[in-house]
Amino acid sequence: MSNIDLSINFAGIKAPNPFWLASAPPTNTGYQIMKAFEAGWGGAVWKTLGIPVQNVSSRYGSINYRDTRMAGLSNIELITDRPLADNLREIEEVKKHFPNHAVIASLMVESKKEWFQIVKDVENAGADGIELNFGCPHGMCERGMGSAVGQEPEVLNTIVQWVMEASSIPVITKLTPNISDITDPALAAVRGGTSALSLINTIKSIVGIDLDTYAPYPVVDGKGTNGGYCGPAVKPIALHMLKELAGHPEIRNTPISGIGGIETWRDVVEFILLGATSVQVCTAVMHYGFGIVREMEAGLRQFMSDKGYSTIYDFAGKAVPNVVEWKHLNLHYKVVASINADKCIGCQLCHIACDDGAHQAIALPINGSRVPEIIDENCVGCNLCSLVCPVEDCITMERRDDGSKTETWAERTVLGKIPEHFNDPRGGGVGHFVPEPSAALQYKRKDRSGRK
Amino acid sequence: MAEFNRPETPQDFIRNFAPKKPLMNSSEAYYESARCLYCYDAPCMDACPTHIDIPLFIKQINTGNIKGAAATIYDSNWLGNACGKVCPTEQLCEGSCVYTHQDMKPLQIGRLQNFATEAVMQAGSPLFSPGKDNGRKVAIVGAGPAGIACACELRVLGYSVEIFEAKALPTGLTVYGTAPYKITNEEALRENEYLQNQLGYTIHYNHPIQNAAQFAELEQGFDAVFLGLGLGATARLGIPGEDMPGVVGAVEFVEELRMKQSAYSIPDTVVVIGGGNTAVDAASESARMGASSVHLVYRRTKADMGAYDFEYATALGAGVKGVFEASPVRIEGEGRATGVTFARPDGTEFHLPADLVIKGTGQAKQGELLKHLPNISTDSKGRIVVDEAFQTTRPGYFAAGDAVNGGAEVVNAAYEGKCAAQGMHQWIQTNKA
Repeated sequence: MSNIDLSINFAGIKAPNPFWLASAPPTNTGYQIMKAFEAGWGGAVWKTLGIPVQNVSSRYGSINYRDTRMAGLSNIELITDRPLADNLREIEEVKKHFPNHAVIASLMVESKKEWFQIVKDVENAGADGIELNFGCPHGMCERGMGSAVGQEPEVLNTIVQWVMEASSIPVITKLTPNISDITDPALAAVRGGTSALSLINTIKSIVGIDLDTYAPYPVVDGKGTNGGYCGPAVKPIALHMLKELAGHPEIRNTPISGIGGIETWRDVVEFILLGATSVQVCTAVMHYGFGIVREMEAGLRQFMSDKGYSTIYDFAGKAVPNVVEWKHLNLHYKVVASINADKCIGCQLCHIACDDGAHQAIALPINGSRVPEIIDENCVGCNLCSLVCPVEDCITMERRDDGSKTETWAERTVLGKIPEHFNDPRGGGVGHFVPEPSAALQYKRKDRSGRK
Repeated sequence: MAEFNRPETPQDFIRNFAPKKPLMNSSEAYYESARCLYCYDAPCMDACPTHIDIPLFIKQINTGNIKGAAATIYDSNWLGNACGKVCPTEQLCEGSCVYTHQDMKPLQIGRLQNFATEAVMQAGSPLFSPGKDNGRKVAIVGAGPAGIACACELRVLGYSVEIFEAKALPTGLTVYGTAPYKITNEEALRENEYLQNQLGYTIHYNHPIQNAAQFAELEQGFDAVFLGLGLGATARLGIPGEDMPGVVGAVEFVEELRMKQSAYSIPDTVVVIGGGNTAVDAASESARMGASSVHLVYRRTKADMGAYDFEYATALGAGVKGVFEASPVRIEGEGRATGVTFARPDGTEFHLPADLVIKGTGQAKQGELLKHLPNISTDSKGRIVVDEAFQTTRPGYFAAGDAVNGGAEVVNAAYEGKCAAQGMHQWIQTNKA
């Protein structure tokens, strides 16, 4: 692994590795950032600077899934509440101790004058780059900042132009996911001259309701407000938006810093495969501390070693071409589930998931065993059983077509082979076995008590 | 040197009989309940004689509906708390947990059941209320698990219920005959109190029903009679010396131990004869009481033992030594037992000294009592014969529990008692309309 070089040059911002802290509570102080650099982080985006705010008490709420804490985290904390001068002094000190690490100043102000002033201030303090916070979907957006800017491509474009005019260091525009088409603000930023993009900021959310006070979490004296949602739960949304940018002809040459639910090396590799060339992390650090980077770095190095990569640029974006529109998927590809009876523990979740939630292709055994049986001819290869199965590698999807034929919906459309009317026999489900509706009546709700 | 010191104070006793399934705290219950896979047609439910909807109550614990979890448990099993503690879950629900098929730890179903039921008992949260009074009365003989379950079910159906109990305490062998590390006296009694507070059945203590006249009275005063008689005293070995002081039945030994606790003084050298769960329990408890030498002697091989493997392992852990393929020939001693002579299959004899000989040879049936009730048939093993509705061959008399099944777990009695109540309800509706 000795020939692996994790260092990056992200739009001119150099860092010893792609692991950056996202602008958030873990980057509130120079103390935290220096502690993070000591722990192995390669860069940090400072908690957003601007006119210091007043925060509320009770700031975070989370989604706990079964025994997993903070599968998703929602926050209503605003930007920094510390004086700018204190932050600038600490930026300077951090850069003095860590000249080779990336320190990026996240900024959020209103007027052109303020933008010019604060850009100069952070440059003078020694910041390696600037990130424009056009993402926060709570609090600041009510005052015309944060996601209020990210949702207005024209306003965003204007501010990017101001900052590019004022700045002599690289500028990253951070986007909000709270928008129909992420390419709209991304294009506005690129056309405004931004050096790079980062996404996603948090998703507008209500994470839950307190069942005693009827107020949303986090509860502030009997009331709450919408928060910004992040953590592992948002990763799929982030990956999709990342792909939208990395695959866009006018955007893809702009470096992208990936953000959204990154916690493990796998997440890191996935973001890089979809085109990110640095990653930013917040929730995982808020949950486990800065030491979480050790697992990310070790895993990334192992992956690169196994695959023979020297730098992250060797594989950055490699998954992008494989994300296509649905109409370009091969309709002849066929997989069927297979249950390894030696591994099966008999929970029968595959049966009930398929019977109730999918395509009635897994039968209960009639021989007294508890190992369900796949009905090959009914199996549409949806994967659901393999997803619910609690045993590693017990249900696998086996390929049944020989790979010789490829035909997509787009191709069929051209050939006039697609179903055109409501009872068209060319529909895919024609001939697929479905039970008679009345067959459902044999399943009576269990009488739990024996009492009538 | 014994594994355990002799308990001198109640605290010592509690320490020596530390609960085998201690109460979970809410964090442990949360994390443990999260492991449940919510199997379809879950094997644990099938393995439970009362068919508690185990995946449901575990999910309810995980989602913070603890009262709902307890309701799910009690819906199926009126002794839900006791069963969570005393059930051989290793053999029943937990033994059938699908995790075991990949050598993973099964869900701790018994402890989760305790967690939910303890919560409602400690809060005193009622889950049930008596049904609308239907003007009918049922007499129950015996306040053991079968009788209590039958009483609860009948109360929900609107019957008035009076239980006649020969002893001073309710719950039968739960309080008198269970190993103290499974359930304490207080725990056993509290569940009955919790149920009685909600459902309002009467228990007449120290009120044995033991002659024909009393049964006739019950027939006069009640629409039906339920027999939850349990079993009788420990069966006789039929060997010389059996009636000497220093020789005691296992059931009687456990009862005395449970009632006296730290005040009970165990002799130094103990021999327990038998290979069933009660024998193994008695041996275990002797060791935990500080006896320096405890031998469990069984006439057949280790593999033939009726006791569950985990119970035997518990006994070994307490310092009990197992001796197999040895039948008792006679109990030695002059005026008081001093030892037992055993015979090997090849006829050779050997002697084990003993200050206390415990006969774990099973309980006799209630044959004498049943003589007062003509027309109640028993089978070749002395068990009361009942039909599917748990009605005996004497119309209007129903029976369940050990007297019917020959001696099983609390959970079996709880289930049968409940079913018998339903059987009585059907019978009374048809025959007393």
